Amino acid sequence: MSEFDDLYQEVIMDHYRRPKGRADLSHIPDERAMENPTCGDTIKLEILHDEAGRISEVRHNGHGCAISTASASLMSEYTRGLTPEEARAAAERFIGALRGEGKLDELDSMGDLAALRGVAGLPVRVKCATLAWHALLRELGEKAS
Amino acid sequence: MGTIAMIANALVVPELPDVESNVASVRARFPILAREINGHPLAYLDNAATSQKPLEVIEAVDGFYRSRNANIHRSLHTLGEEATADWEGARAKVARFIGARRNEEVIFTRGTTESINLVASSWGEAFLKEGDVILLTMMEHHSNIVPWQLVAARRGASLVYIQLEADGSIDLEKVEASWNPRTRIVCATHMSNVLGTINDIRRLSEIAHAHGALLLADAAQSAPHMRLDVGALGCDFLAFSGHKLYAPMGIGVLWGREALLEAMPPYMGGGDMIRSVGLETSTYNDLPWKFEAGTPDVGGAVGLSAAIDFIGGLGWDYIGRREASLGRRALSVLGEVRGLSLHGTARDRGAVFSFSFADIHPHDIAQFLDREGLAVRAGHHCAQPLMRLLKVPATTRASLAFWNTEEEVERLGAALEAAKRFYL
Repeated sequence: MSEFDDLYQEVIMDHYRRPKGRADLSHIPDERAMENPTCGDTIKLEILHDEAGRISEVRHNGHGCAISTASASLMSEYTRGLTPEEARAAAERFIGALRGEGKLDELDSMGDLAALRGVAGLPVRVKCATLAWHALLRELGEKAS
Repeated sequence: MGTIAMIANALVVPELPDVESNVASVRARFPILAREINGHPLAYLDNAATSQKPLEVIEAVDGFYRSRNANIHRSLHTLGEEATADWEGARAKVARFIGARRNEEVIFTRGTTESINLVASSWGEAFLKEGDVILLTMMEHHSNIVPWQLVAARRGASLVYIQLEADGSIDLEKVEASWNPRTRIVCATHMSNVLGTINDIRRLSEIAHAHGALLLADAAQSAPHMRLDVGALGCDFLAFSGHKLYAPMGIGVLWGREALLEAMPPYMGGGDMIRSVGLETSTYNDLPWKFEAGTPDVGGAVGLSAAIDFIGGLGWDYIGRREASLGRRALSVLGEVRGLSLHGTARDRGAVFSFSFADIHPHDIAQFLDREGLAVRAGHHCAQPLMRLLKVPATTRASLAFWNTEEEVERLGAALEAAKRFYL
């Protein structure tokens, strides 16, 4: 498989075309958006919780490429039902794996997120794939404090 | 923005028969152009980011390190003399290349960014006063914005931006009409790295001088594509990079009027820029060495010298005709791609084409084009104020040089159509 086909797998393209968790977040001020300085892409997040304090949905909105949009969509899917601590650990595992700090194989235990492993070989695109997850860490961190 | 067809017509240039037959022999001078990317011949359409290097440049740098390498201005032995001669010879060549009156007006830097930082720090620190105005255009690269922001904050000066017309040009009459008497310097790109717009530096200089202000021209994008003559441009400072001019990365030029450079304090302290160093104070070397602290990139200057010779061998006439013809073809090919909108349709423009396309993100377009062997740039092009003005986070940019071919331009059009089918 070529680098390109490895990157733009069918599951990625599905999430890009029909992103899960995408919502109108115009009530959140633009200054709260997370920015990717290499391309100017932005993302806003809103985390909804159920009565037990678990995440019921991570909603997102912003400008991004197929990789960053699909990653936000996959994140929304993956984090549903997690506790904030579990979601934070997942974000750190995912970011670490793509950055080459953790084991790339760890992605295999993260369901459809494994489809993003092609990004690891492309340093410029790692920022696209991790933007939503950095935003998630920031939101979770601020919620906790 | 105006229609693409309109400017395509404005760029009509008669094609010389011998120009076409030269393309293959010119391309043969650039070994990297023979590369294959993802099973396709490389089509390098990212010349505004950096140019490729001809064999003449590669061999000159290689030759310097093989047989002449030594430190300059200090080593009293044969190699030291030869390296010093190379360095100063490169300076003389650059001076002739841009029509400088004296070699001493040519300062070597690491590139355009350092050249502008040098002026902003040294001239700005010494001559800007509280309330003074630095006039920029809305199409500047970050390297001609941020150094001015830094010095403006230190000196209590403010930045004012010349707004753009719908076609991406600036209206000089408006510049004149809205002139702020506190303006001390105008900092303008000669050619926009996003819009391709070529600014009339001569007229801008005249306006600045009529009001007692200076003009700094950022020639990073124009230097590789047109003859520069500081006398004809009328500017006070001119900055450009070697690496966009077919020379290595790491060498650049600042040209300034001698009287201005003389009056400016040193930018960096270190070896080579001093006459004598005491414990408390030092006296500084003459121009141009006052601004050249530390061991410089002599190999880079040797490469730059070779690149200037290479340009001389081709001739500006050849480069100009070839790039106008390619630019015309690019405008007609891009004009045929449905859903593509070009940013920058000024009549006076170079072969740089930034566009938005069918709501596909520039990253995705660039990645798809790379699969087809086409190298383009995607991003904000270090021009975020301009991106905000265009109301896009990023664009895709194809930028041409004389070695590109009509076939490569057509491959771009076809690959964009294929990208649309893939993503939408």
